[in-house]
This record gives sequence, C-alpha cells and structure tokens, in this order.
Amino acid sequence: MTTTENPSTPAPEIGRDRRRKEDRRLITGRTRWVDNQALTGLLHLSIVRSPFAHANIKGIDTSAAKQVPGVVAVYSAADIGADQVQLPCAWPITKDMKSPQRPALAGSRVNFAGEGVAVVVARSAAIAKDAAELVEVDYEELEPVLDMEAALQDGATLVHPEIGTNANAQWVFDSGEAGSGGDVAEALKKAESDDDQIVVRRRFRQQRLVPVFMEPRSTVVDPNSEQLTMWSSTQVPHILKTMLALTLGLPEHKIRVIAPDVGGGFGGKIAVAPEEVLTLLVARKLGKPVKWTETRSESLLTAHHGRDQVQELAMSVTKDGRITGLDVKLIADMGAYLGLVGPGVPILGAFMFNAIYKIPAYRFDCTNVFTTKTLTDAYRGAGRPEATFGIERLMDEVALELDMEPLEFREKNWIKHEEFPYTTVSTLTYDTGNYEAATEQAKQMFDYDGLRREQQERRRRGDVKQLGIGISTFTEMCGLAPSRVLGSLDYGAGGWETASIRMQPTGKAEVVVGVSPHGQGHETAFSQIVADQLGVPFDDVEILHGDTQSSYKGLDTYGSRSLAVGGIAVVKAAEKVIEKAKPIAAHMLEAAEGDLEFSGGKFTVKGTDKGVGIQDIALAVFAAHDYPEGIEPDIDAHATFDPENFSFPHGTHLCAVEVDTETGFVELYKYVCVDDVGNVINPLIVEGQVHGGLAQGIAQALYEEAAYDDQGTLLSGTLVDYTLPTAADLISFDTANTTTASTTNPLGVKGVGEAGTIASTPAVVNSVLDAIRHLGVKDIDMPTTPYRVWSAIQNASGHAGRADEANVASPGAGLGSTARDMPEGGNL
Amino acid sequence: MARIRTTVDGLVYEDDVEPRMLLVQYLRERLGKTGTVIGCDTSNCGACTVHLDGMSVKSCSVLAVQANGAEVLTIEGLERDGQLHPMQQAFHDNHALQCGYCTPGMIMQSIDLLGDNPDPSETEIREGIEGNLCRCTGYQNIVRAVQDAASKMKPGASATQQSSAQPVAGGGA
Repeated sequence: MTTTENPSTPAPEIGRDRRRKEDRRLITGRTRWVDNQALTGLLHLSIVRSPFAHANIKGIDTSAAKQVPGVVAVYSAADIGADQVQLPCAWPITKDMKSPQRPALAGSRVNFAGEGVAVVVARSAAIAKDAAELVEVDYEELEPVLDMEAALQDGATLVHPEIGTNANAQWVFDSGEAGSGGDVAEALKKAESDDDQIVVRRRFRQQRLVPVFMEPRSTVVDPNSEQLTMWSSTQVPHILKTMLALTLGLPEHKIRVIAPDVGGGFGGKIAVAPEEVLTLLVARKLGKPVKWTETRSESLLTAHHGRDQVQELAMSVTKDGRITGLDVKLIADMGAYLGLVGPGVPILGAFMFNAIYKIPAYRFDCTNVFTTKTLTDAYRGAGRPEATFGIERLMDEVALELDMEPLEFREKNWIKHEEFPYTTVSTLTYDTGNYEAATEQAKQMFDYDGLRREQQERRRRGDVKQLGIGISTFTEMCGLAPSRVLGSLDYGAGGWETASIRMQPTGKAEVVVGVSPHGQGHETAFSQIVADQLGVPFDDVEILHGDTQSSYKGLDTYGSRSLAVGGIAVVKAAEKVIEKAKPIAAHMLEAAEGDLEFSGGKFTVKGTDKGVGIQDIALAVFAAHDYPEGIEPDIDAHATFDPENFSFPHGTHLCAVEVDTETGFVELYKYVCVDDVGNVINPLIVEGQVHGGLAQGIAQALYEEAAYDDQGTLLSGTLVDYTLPTAADLISFDTANTTTASTTNPLGVKGVGEAGTIASTPAVVNSVLDAIRHLGVKDIDMPTTPYRVWSAIQNASGHAGRADEANVASPGAGLGSTARDMPEGGNL
Repeated sequence: MARIRTTVDGLVYEDDVEPRMLLVQYLRERLGKTGTVIGCDTSNCGACTVHLDGMSVKSCSVLAVQANGAEVLTIEGLERDGQLHPMQQAFHDNHALQCGYCTPGMIMQSIDLLGDNPDPSETEIREGIEGNLCRCTGYQNIVRAVQDAASKMKPGASATQQSSAQPVAGGGA
C-alpha cells in the first residue's frame, strides 16, 4: 500500500505524439514476416496457374514435374479435394444472390487468368517453381467475359453457365420506399418539366485497382502441433480461423491462426484465400509443415482487386442551386468469383452517395456482375471512395451547369453544423460534424482565392502549364460496425470488438485485443489509451494481438474500426478492471467503496491523503493473502463493445495541379486537407494515416489501373506496368484537423484509416479537369495519365489526336510512365 | 555450385551457392538475414536494398556469386553497440514507417543518398529514393526523416552520431 502525498496527475497520454513502440524491430530488421518463418522439414508450395481467362481443363500431366529431384508431390484439384471446397462469401446481399462455387483449385474449368489448377510441393521454393513449369495442362479455350455491361446483355457468354446469368445480385435502396425521402423518379420527372430546375446526368468509370500491400502474401501451416497452426499474412486471423473451420469442416478449437508482422493490407488481406486453404490441405496430407509465398506478379494477378464500377448518375437541382433528387445506378464487377465481402463492397456506397448533402429524394440501384477477371473485394475505403468520387465529381459538373462556384454550390446543400445530429436520406444518423469550419480552414491554408487569381492569370496569358483547382468535401462512414445494422444488411457476422486486460503481479498490463494491425500503430495508440484509463505508465502496457491463442476472440482490422470499435473495447475493459479493483482497494484502505475515487492510477479516500495504486492492487490480488470475502482475487477483465452507430469523419480537400497542355503531364502543385476525425489519440499516427491515404487516392486519380487485354490477360501484371506513385511523383501535403468529437463513443473518436483515400481522388480529378476545361475537355477517365490528358486536349481542340475517344478509354491506355522526363507516357 | 566468400554485417561467410541464386535469397535463406525482404520480382520496389562495398544495390538484382569477395551491409548490421544509426533513429523520430516492410530498403537507400549528397533538397531526396516504393506513408515523413538524419550526420553534429554514421554511410563517386 502506498500513501499519496501530493497526488500529481501525469500528463494525459491521449493527444500526445508518442513515437511508436512498434518501430524498433522494424527499423533494425528483426521482423517476423510470415515468409521469415523457417521450420525443420519445411516444404514449399508453388501453384500452377491458368494463362487463360476462361477455359475448360481437358487434362493435366504431372509426370515430368514429379521427376524433378526434390519434388515431394504434385497435386491437381481432385487429388486433395480442392475442387470440392467452397471458399466463403460472408455477405449475401440479397436473398436471391447467385453464389457460384469458388474452389481452392479449379477442377474442370478456369474462370480467370491466374486461377490455380495444380500445386507442386518441393524441398525448396526454387525447385517447386521450376517443377511447376513442367506441369502440362491441356486447356480448351472459352470466350472470355470482360465488359461488365455486355455481360448483362441477353445472349452474353456466361462465366458460370450453371447459374444461368452473369448477374450476381441487384441491390436497391429507395428513399421513397424507405420513408426517408421522396421518390426520385418523380423528382427527376418534375425537374425536367420545371423551368426553374435542371437535370444533370453523368457517367463515370471507377477503374479497377490493385491494393499492392508491400509484403507479398505468405502462409505457413504446421499440421503437427496439437492445434494445427497457420501463420498467414492476413488482416483477419480470427475470421480466417472460424472460416477455415466452417469451410473445411475442421473443429475450430483445433486451429490456431497467427498473423505476425503483416506488411500492409489496405483491404487486400481481408480474405480466406485459396492459397491459405491449399497450404493447409497439402500440409495435412503430407503431415509436414508447408510454406507458400507469392511473387509480386502472382500477387497482382490473383490477390483480389478493388473498385471497378460503371456509375450512371442523375441529379436534379433548382437553378438557384438546391438539390432536389439524386439517382444512382451502378454496375459493379465482381470478377470471376465472390470474395469474402466482395458483393457488399459497392453496397457500402449506398449510404455515401448522398455524402454531406441534404438530398430530398434518393435512389441507389446496384447490379453486381461476374466477368472472367480476378475477383474484386475490399480495397481501402471499400465502396465509399467510389461513392465519394461519384458525388464529388457530380457536384462539380452540376455547379458548372449552374454557372456557380463549386464550393458555393456545395455549401448551399451541405448539412449545417447546427443541424447535427442529422438523419440522412439514406437513413444514417450523422452525430457530429462541422463542414463550414473544415472548409474555412482549408481555404485559408490553400489560399483558395489567391490560387483562383493565379489560375485566371495563366488562362489570360495562355500559359502552357495551366492551373486547376479541385475540391472534395467528403464524409465517410467508418468504425464498422453496429452488429444490428450489419444484420439488417444480411452480413454474415457482427461488428463488435473485444479487449482483455491482464494485470501482472508486478503491475504491468497485458492488453489483448481482437483487432489485428498491419502498420497502423495499435500497440502505441492502445498503450496511450490504457495508460490514461488505468493511470499506469505508457511503457508498462503491452498490447497482444494477431494470435488466436492469446487473442481468442475478435473481428480484426478493416473499415477504420480498430480505434472507433476496438479502442472502445479497451476502454470498457479498463473500466471493468477499475470496477473489480474497487472493493479490494476499499478493503486495503479500510474505507467504504462509496468513499473512494479513482484518478491517476490510484484509489484515494475522498478528503484524505490515503490511497492505493492499481499496480499495487495487482500485486495484492496475486498474493491473495488478504482480500474481501465473496469476490475473486483477480482484477483482470474482458470486454466486448458493440457500437451503437458508425462514425462519420469528414473533411475538405483542396488540390491544385499544373497540367502541361502540350504533353498532358499532370503535376501536383498544392494539396491541402483539413480532416475532422474526432478526438485524436496520437496526432503523429493520424497525420501518417492521412498522408498514406492521400497517396493511394491520388494514385487512383493519376497513376494506377489494373488493365486487361481483349483476351482477359492482365496487362499491368508487374510493378513495371502497375505504376505505384514514387516519392518523386508526390509532394508534401498540408494537413490539419478540425475536431467535433463523436458522441457515440466515450473517446469521441471517429477513425482515420480510409479518409485520405476516400477524399482525395475526386479532388485531384476535379483539379485536372478544371485546368483544361476551358480548352473544351469535358471528362477524362481515370487514371488521368499524360496520354489520356493529351489526347483529350487534342480531341477537344479538333485535332485528330493520336487516339480517338474509344482508344483513350481502352484497356491499357492508362498505362504510362510517370517519369518527368518521359511526359508522353511509356506506352506511346 | 560456386564457392563464395563474403563479409556480411561484419562476419565472414563461405558457402557453395547455385550460380543463379540471388543475393537476397542468399541473405535470407542461407544466412537467415531476414531483415532484408523481397517485395517484387522486377526490381521496382527496392525493399531488398543493401550496401555492396558501400554502394546501395537491390539485392534481387545481384547474384550471390557477384558478392564474392565483397562486403555486404544489411539493415541488421547498422546498429553499433546498441546505438541506432542516425537514419534508423530519424525514421523512428519522424514516424517514417507504418507497416515497415519497405523500411529496411528505404533506410539503406537513404544512407546511400546522404553518402552522395550530405545536404539534399526535398526534390533531391524524392528523386534519390524514387527506386524504393512505400505504400503506407505517402513518403512525406520519409523525406522528413532523411532531412533530419542529414542535419544530424553533418560535420559538427554530435560525436556519437558521427561515430555510428561514418563507417556505414554509403558512397559512390
């Protein structure tokens, strides 16, 4: 027992720019990536993959591969039952959704280029790869299905003939039917016959992207421990464990999944991957530990892709700038199969097309379609970047039609800060926000008026480099998710999260969390939370995660949920620790519980200097020599938090670009964003998340595209062709925060992981168009590469450019170098 | 098989290797130097960057046999007597890493960059690390870290930093 003399409360950890606990092993090379795993007797797996997008498998000859010294086994699908596996989709968005079987290896037909057809197991990865080249597969080519709109036409070749259609599901939200707004068909019809209104229709393309986490996926399975152990480079160890049990009929308590250091995910590692299942099947069959590690090309070809939508949008608006209706019609490409949450990804956009605006009538109608391409699933933002792009591009287009300043048009329609909480036309209730404050600050930081003047100057002078200014005033829904809402959307699980706090005899705290980091800095941020909650030093907290043996219950990391849901579970667990410690403290202090207060890590008797620290109580219950009757000698606690609502970060992003009108080259000139992510636990981590998010959103606007040729071959199948931005492509961003605390969780936090990506893409594309619209350019498909920009300028000015419109949007047209000394792009 | 003799992070190794074995495979699979990682198969990402006789190289683009007789320095050999290299410290101080997968290569390349140009501008840093991809940070804090390290590695900066910095600062004419 200690007696407090002059209780000095330590400075709060929350809000401090703590340097990360995680860094030490990462900057010294003492990391635990899955591929680093070396077990005695480890065998290596290589997968034979189809070069064709759509083909029947007539036969597989494995004899030559089996002769290679060091090869242990070669299996086709039937040899290991891989063709009988149905990889799970956890989100049947409609009752009549079509779910074709997704096997771990193709049995009789391949449905995308890159699908596995056989596996080779050998004593080294090199031998396995060499031998995989010797597996002879006899294919009968079928017509590929590549265009998602054509795929929906009568008579189209079917990806999966057994389901009788290429349509996966149609999902509709109608505010008229939901009672949250009017009938949009009526609103548009009325507007068309109203002299005081206009209707603006636009079609936008969300190109296909690849998440490109830096660590290629890797899985190791040891079948010989009492619990079969799988190390996997995954965002979702808990979901994976449960799904492996359900999918393969294994007893769940006989499986242990470990996600050690995971090198990025961005949604791309939310999966129950065929390769994970194959590694497990082979390891069990051989009774030996087996490793599979993908090459980068394999990753680009077969790890799930993201985005890929056609958006048909219509907005009715009064001539003085009031929105009267919004109609959204989407077609979303699922690729060849349904991923874990793939069909639900575009549906998340249903709640975000109305964005920050007051829209009286709204309809969202999305048709998911199968093609013979790599499947799509979550990629940073998942459904919300697509929606935000659609609405923020459309807001600019409508402002133009109204001849109104785009910021002014937005402001006329957005929810005013005094109107929160506000229930939107898509039925979500936004708890807090202040769009005026974020916008005002962003304008000042950006020197909005000054840059507009500079733009006018350059136009007047006819400069070769024209300036464009783009706006995105976004919001998003994150903190996935209230379990009951997920239930209403037919999602296959809840959205709660768990945390446990184990107080050690020496007073240190082990905190076990169900979320599973892969670069976010959970160990640091959660330590800060626990330090404040329990009043223990930051360094006395250890965060455990990513191993289902220690972290036995959780729903993992995606949807900016780790802090807004997982962090709150930590708070709740800490509250329980304090609650459990209270009667023991009272006993030790010989005081009534009602006379105690807890602050700064200590229980004190009100009005006295008597106190006892939580760390001392941990020792007292360990000894357990003297504690009250009728309670357990233990202050450890476990908590599950199910959020009551999503959280709604928002912000104003302003982008200026210079477009070289002679070369089409786009250069970032200035980027300002002011984000409201609620209360900030660690400003350093928040800023880092925003930077990285911006880079990915900007990359969609300017650089990246997963392009296929007319045979269904992925053209951007290496990092030579799939052009991630380099340091030289980007600039330093000016970021800042405004804060309106969330009212739906005790920390007032909102989530920041996806905000930058969701917000930035439309700001950049709006700026590119703003720079050259006066030359007659109306739209450019993403990515707005030099080739596309140059062609658009040529076409608009009446010159027969080197590409007509069709070619500008053709697959692969976006592939181009971003090198400044090659302004025309590498594909010319 | 070819016999090679190589010094890696200060220790001498002698091994028989397949002529086709890449340096990065040799480091990871034979020496257990898993701090150096593989991020691509086209030498675009730079995750595998190490120093070969004081010059940064992408170890996926060098054969193990080419390292015969050479000195290799990896991320695992930067720390001296428990002291982080100023570049490692700067990456930590400036939150220049998130998932950390690109970090070993990025740190090795940044040290090499300062060997060539001890006082680079932001543009020079961005161009100097252009061959190393990061998907998490947007590069901004990496640029800050390199600037920070440059200021601390300058002549006149504190002696302890100098002593740990000098032996490993990359070179190149």
